[in-house]
Amino acid sequence: MSPEAAASAMGPETAWRPSPAAWLSGWRLATFVIAALILTPIGIVFSAFLSPASDVWNHLVATTLPRLLINTFWLVLGVGAGAVLLGVTLAWLTAVCEFPGRRIFSWALLLPLAIPAYVTAFVVVSLFDFTGPVQTWLRSVLPPAWFWFPPVRGRLGVTLVMVLAFYPYVYLLARNAFMSQGRRTLEAAQSLGLNRVQGFFRVTLPMARPWIASGAMLALMETLADFGTVAVFNYDTFTTAIYKAWFGLFSLPAASQLASLLVLIAFVLLLGEQRSRSRRRFAETRPGAPTDRIQLQGLHRWLAFSLAALVLFAGFLLPLGQLLFWAAALVAQEFDERYLEFLWHSLFLSATAALLTGATALMLAYASRLHQDAATRLAVRIATLGYALPGAVLAVGIFIPVLWLDTWLTGLARRLVDLEAGLLLQDTLAAMLIAYVARFLAVGHGPIDSAMHRITRSIDEAARSLGVSGAAMLRRIHIPMLRGGLLTALALVFVDVMKEMPITLMMRPFGWETLAVRIFELTSEGEWERAALPAVTLVAAGLIPIILLLRPTEQDREG
Amino acid sequence: MTFMNAEPTVPADPKAAAQATATVPLQLNNVSHAYGDHIVLQDLSFQLRQGQIGCLLGPSGCGKTTVLRCVAGFERLRQGEIWLAGQRVSSPDFHAPPEQRRIGVVFQDYALFPHLTVADNVGFGLHRLNRRARAARVAELLQTVGLEHSAALYPHQLSGGQQQRVALARALAPRPDLLLLDEPFSNLDVDLRERLGLEVREILKSQHATALLITHDQHEAFAIADEIGIMMAGRIQQWDTPYHLYHQPANRFVADFVGQGVLVEGQVLNSRWVEIELGALSGDIPSECAQGCASCGRGCSVEVLLRPDDVVHDDGSPLRAEVIHKAFRGADILYTLRLPSGQRVLSLAPSHHNHALGEPIGIRLEADHVVAFRKDRDEVSNAKAR
Repeated sequence: MSPEAAASAMGPETAWRPSPAAWLSGWRLATFVIAALILTPIGIVFSAFLSPASDVWNHLVATTLPRLLINTFWLVLGVGAGAVLLGVTLAWLTAVCEFPGRRIFSWALLLPLAIPAYVTAFVVVSLFDFTGPVQTWLRSVLPPAWFWFPPVRGRLGVTLVMVLAFYPYVYLLARNAFMSQGRRTLEAAQSLGLNRVQGFFRVTLPMARPWIASGAMLALMETLADFGTVAVFNYDTFTTAIYKAWFGLFSLPAASQLASLLVLIAFVLLLGEQRSRSRRRFAETRPGAPTDRIQLQGLHRWLAFSLAALVLFAGFLLPLGQLLFWAAALVAQEFDERYLEFLWHSLFLSATAALLTGATALMLAYASRLHQDAATRLAVRIATLGYALPGAVLAVGIFIPVLWLDTWLTGLARRLVDLEAGLLLQDTLAAMLIAYVARFLAVGHGPIDSAMHRITRSIDEAARSLGVSGAAMLRRIHIPMLRGGLLTALALVFVDVMKEMPITLMMRPFGWETLAVRIFELTSEGEWERAALPAVTLVAAGLIPIILLLRPTEQDREG
Repeated sequence: MTFMNAEPTVPADPKAAAQATATVPLQLNNVSHAYGDHIVLQDLSFQLRQGQIGCLLGPSGCGKTTVLRCVAGFERLRQGEIWLAGQRVSSPDFHAPPEQRRIGVVFQDYALFPHLTVADNVGFGLHRLNRRARAARVAELLQTVGLEHSAALYPHQLSGGQQQRVALARALAPRPDLLLLDEPFSNLDVDLRERLGLEVREILKSQHATALLITHDQHEAFAIADEIGIMMAGRIQQWDTPYHLYHQPANRFVADFVGQGVLVEGQVLNSRWVEIELGALSGDIPSECAQGCASCGRGCSVEVLLRPDDVVHDDGSPLRAEVIHKAFRGADILYTLRLPSGQRVLSLAPSHHNHALGEPIGIRLEADHVVAFRKDRDEVSNAKAR
């Protein structure tokens, strides 16, 4: 069979090829390279087990590992349960019920996403720790015998902060599910004799389960990947252990062995997330008539209001207010040339990473548009799995091969031109940028890919039948239609990189500090007030994606 | 224009072929196409005259959309050739790209450019004109389709019917040699479909456009097209006017697909007459049946197509048939009747002739000419385009 016939054997959909044949292998090759970019660090961290166990590793297994596992177990369980409970409850209240302030809460409850978890963490610790204002005040008004306060820097504190920071993932997806179910299915249940409460538990909730599961998995991925929050609470998990093994015990092998265990846990979450994602397709329904909302009565109205208000206050208003208060007090002192340097570093890194990621995502989107074969599809899926890999894992898994490459290059330089060169890549931004692209490619790929899907095959064909093809089609059709998705992708990646902590901390060139690194350094010294100014800057940037997220929500409300 | 100079290699006498097709906007010669082993089109030939609206009508999966895609140049040919306005544009060893074919396409999903206004969509293909000429042509077309006040709107602000008109105006704007319409009304309400169908026909006629419509809806085909090709299993079963398709179907498939009707058993009397349970009728008798066959000595057994309007309800008629189903359709009632032998026929009766199920009612034949098919033969796949 000729290649033509072989291609067309897969049917009319796959036989469609709008671009000259010469490009085909190029797009596909690029996709495979990007997929390799994700697979390499995973392979690297696992290969650490091939080398004989080091003393450091044996020491870690004996002393730290059990605690890490137990800590991670309780954290994942606590954050998962808390985020689902809070997220689903709030989503149901704002999507299906009517209570005072519902319209505002329905978007405002997403605001905690704008504050990085480690920022909420240090505000909470500073306020509620033994020396903080809350406990100090309680001690002054209560007799000593009555005084009791739960330990803030323990399991409870870190879990609560993460629930407050990550419940919006569940909230967002569950709310979409509840809104898109419309009224028909519930009416069908009612016509079969269920009341509204039974209908909720037997129809609404089961139908929304795949969305809720997806949200929970995303929240848990963030939990696993988190470095800054657990660092503030001194609550050891794998990410902090990796950092300590690398920068405290100077053992990269031990760090990568820890990283490989973390990857295993992340894979379990990833499997769950992918499963729920594919189930979502089956449970998808057309949005029906707008729901006629349940009018909460009497006490219930105010309970709903109080819950939403409390969450909004604790997750957003309180930390932001405290930060603004501190920042205002110290702005004259802290806003100096050094601060501008951190800011510049953050902006530069974020912008560069956003552009690189955007370009890579665009390449993937074009590749999957041009090739619908199984190999390309698989490669695109692998390439966009980086969101499940904690930054600490990527840092280790990319740093090690860069180190090898560097040693090889300097050796080569020495042999070839007798040049005594320092390490070339290790101390540059290149390795760090690669890690960012790997981590945030999925974030950038989503909006670009969905914009690409809007350029249907008949759009291309319409342009060609009107005599427009090649570069003119790119200029007149593709670029304008992709612009929105591309800008969204750039904004999302920009903000994510700005807030990113572990990769930046572990891979930055010596002395290269960003706002996030600065916050880490100040909070590990307990200098909460001074960390406020960089934190406020990050929150301001973090509001951008929330605004982008809110646009479809506005439409939902009108529709 | 590279393809203009390309020497045709397939026809034995290229000059004669070129002359023959010089004034024909579209001609397909023995076109075949396949996806792998799955044959989609087999030996397809037809042509359209200048200003004619042709239609390919068939059930989904019959290959009609593939014909459109081959003509537009979105698919390459396996066999045969396609000529557009006297130019050979497709053959197994030659393929002119769509952008050089001077065709317009109205897509099933309209494929309007969402980032452009209505006016910019319509003017999209006019990039060779200067600004003033382009604006004039756009204004003219928007007026033709009745959207002159929507020029500045974006596609998502329009209703489905309006989007459809924009798609039509956009395709017509560059004055294509041939307009292709792919199921253009399938996304619209039934009411709108009928109204727009007539409107589209008027617009096409006013622009003197030659057009090929692809559809699975016979009402749509009848409303718009001058001539229709009935497609089944990758072949054109019959290419004819709507009137002939209905009254003189070439084979059982066409008889079944176009309009309503039943096949009843009959005996050939002679070369012009056939007898069925309800009486003798003149009709189209398959020639080999008219000769008489060895087994019965008379004519063969045949099947005769009876349309609902061939069987008339008449209370005074001695012929009786039992009502086994009825469909009230407003102006008339469509009865399904059982003849004494058990055979079923359809009959259209005026609405006020309301009879109950199970009731025997009087009927008589009122058909001056019917079509008969040989019983034991499946000639569906062998019919040729007329």
